[in-house]
Amino acid sequence: MLDEIIKLSHGSGGNMTRRLIRDVMNNRFQMPSMSDSAVIGGRMVSTIDAHVVKPIFFPGGDIGRLSVTGTVNDLAVAGAIPLSIFIAYIIEEGFPMRELERITESVHQAAQEAGVKILGGDTKVVEHGKADGLYLVTSGIGMLHDGYAPGDRSISEGDSVIVSGNLGDHAIAVINARENLGLQPAPESDCAPLNHLIGIMLETADIRFMRDPTRGGLTTVLNEIADEFQVGFHLFERDIPIRDSVRSASELLGIDPLYLANEGRVVAIVRGDTKTLIDRMRKHPLGTDAQVIGTVTNDAGRVYLETAIGSVRQLPMLESDPLPRIC
Amino acid sequence: MAIADKFRDPILVRAIASKLHENTRPIRIMEVCGTHTMSIGKWGLRKMLPKSIELISGPGCPVCVTPAGYIDALMGLESATVCVFGDLMRVPGANGTLEDARSRGHDIRIVYSPMQALEIAQERETVFAAIGFETTIPGIAHTIKLAKTQGIGTFSVLAALKAIPPALDALLSSENIQVDGFILPGHVCAVLGMEPFRFLPEKYNVGGVITGFEPLEILSAIQQLIDMNDHPAIHNQYARVVSDRGNPHARRMIDAVLQPNDAIWRGLGTIPGSGYTLRDDYASFDASAKFGITITDEAENRGCRCGDVLKGVIKPDQCELFGAVCTPASPIGPCMVSSEGSCAAYYRYELPQTSTKDQRQC
Repeated sequence: MLDEIIKLSHGSGGNMTRRLIRDVMNNRFQMPSMSDSAVIGGRMVSTIDAHVVKPIFFPGGDIGRLSVTGTVNDLAVAGAIPLSIFIAYIIEEGFPMRELERITESVHQAAQEAGVKILGGDTKVVEHGKADGLYLVTSGIGMLHDGYAPGDRSISEGDSVIVSGNLGDHAIAVINARENLGLQPAPESDCAPLNHLIGIMLETADIRFMRDPTRGGLTTVLNEIADEFQVGFHLFERDIPIRDSVRSASELLGIDPLYLANEGRVVAIVRGDTKTLIDRMRKHPLGTDAQVIGTVTNDAGRVYLETAIGSVRQLPMLESDPLPRIC
Repeated sequence: MAIADKFRDPILVRAIASKLHENTRPIRIMEVCGTHTMSIGKWGLRKMLPKSIELISGPGCPVCVTPAGYIDALMGLESATVCVFGDLMRVPGANGTLEDARSRGHDIRIVYSPMQALEIAQERETVFAAIGFETTIPGIAHTIKLAKTQGIGTFSVLAALKAIPPALDALLSSENIQVDGFILPGHVCAVLGMEPFRFLPEKYNVGGVITGFEPLEILSAIQQLIDMNDHPAIHNQYARVVSDRGNPHARRMIDAVLQPNDAIWRGLGTIPGSGYTLRDDYASFDASAKFGITITDEAENRGCRCGDVLKGVIKPDQCELFGAVCTPASPIGPCMVSSEGSCAAYYRYELPQTSTKDQRQC
């Protein structure tokens, strides 16, 4: 059948990706969860991430910075202090050395920013035309914060949902750069290591769960949590931080910023008081736009949005990437 | 966006919604623009209306009204790079979707503007899938003109361009249609102006309001249609964008490059004078001539009732396939494919959803 080949949609992060992982990979590996990180031996957390962004350089970052921040953030949202990273380069023959140096310098700088060490790696070169410039694969190791045990965290009705900042910046920055949309001023990616901000969050409040809303954005993350923990969410559109420029660009393209990727944002489910938490987060440069955006409900598996005009609609999981509309 | 926010003022929205609730006379209002369809769903406007006001979606999504044979024709152009607007990628033809064809190696690219296709054509044989209404047509005409000026012989378009007024005329002249008023497509009217819609009240005694896409604009258009009562007319409530006479410059651009022809509308059949084809001066940029393509008006099969949905005869969930075998994951009909298609909007916004775990598989 036609379905029996891989399509781009299988890599979208939506339902098609979930089914692929479930039916092809997890079927055989019997992984404890379908996430990209796991706790090993009690306190150690390990993760892996592949990076195939196009274009390789975009406002606010490049594939090198992204590879480090992505891995650091995966560890940090699992409740770990990131310690070290391994990196593999897959390079297409003909790739400019100058660009490789520039990207590697980005890797170095992002690692310093996050306070992690690059411990090792691998380099492969493939024939011209057999890869799209450069792919990076990073794996990371971290240790759980004292007292944080991700395994026995529950989420229940009345817990709050917070985000650390404006949504959709990364996706719009990359689309604008890739498609030459000419948005002015050019939107910048939010690509940044979140481990320090998350350290502050864990010190301050009873954080029940965290995730970085990358592929598929906020909505995909919340649908996954709703599914896994059998809870629901009620969000308030007026409280969700989105830049005017990102909102306009999304409406122009016919896509919803609540489904767009971020690379420097965290979504957290918090129990109890959030005021002190939000105050402290806003003092950190990566948390200046932190907001409580909704609450956990007991309507299992459902994510609802109360719109700015007061009506309510559901935010379902997408099958695959949202397609840009014709007009 | 500060301007748009004013059209989303919750207090004003509640005020106008409560006024709409005073209406008791049954009224069926059709919108004929996919962006209106999406906006109605996205803002949950149906739930704010009394039972007496029924909103139905007409043939307003260019992807939805594109015949299946057009997709097959694009897939047949294997020797060329095919450039399409994104939401065409998952429309099923007889042999699967363009997304399937791309994964098998056909060079099919998503573009955001016909100009991107022209750029690609400087390096290789390129066909631009020219679909759309009066909103997109001037830009496409301009691109074809540029291709001629610059002498880019590797560029051509496969035209399935559509004109809205003849479609509304055909729709109203068919027997089983009951429409009491139209929410007219704001962006199409920005090009056409009010004049081409005057026949609605004159010939069919049906009113129309040209309006924008924000909640307050849509709700107040509904109020205006109710207020017309037995005196239907065409109103322009979208004056911040639409001039009463439209955009003559854009219309001249269309006229210079394209001429009206009979066009096939998926679900509605062939409608005289409802499409555009390239004028003789530009014939060498017509992919159908260049590659010998004929698109036929083949009957839809598999029980898909997109045609009845497009005519507003049934609501999406009255089709037996809806939500069962036809979902956004595996759409049977085009109305489920495009994010602005009636069925997709209905599936996404109007239905209580099951959890992701229970969602039907392809």
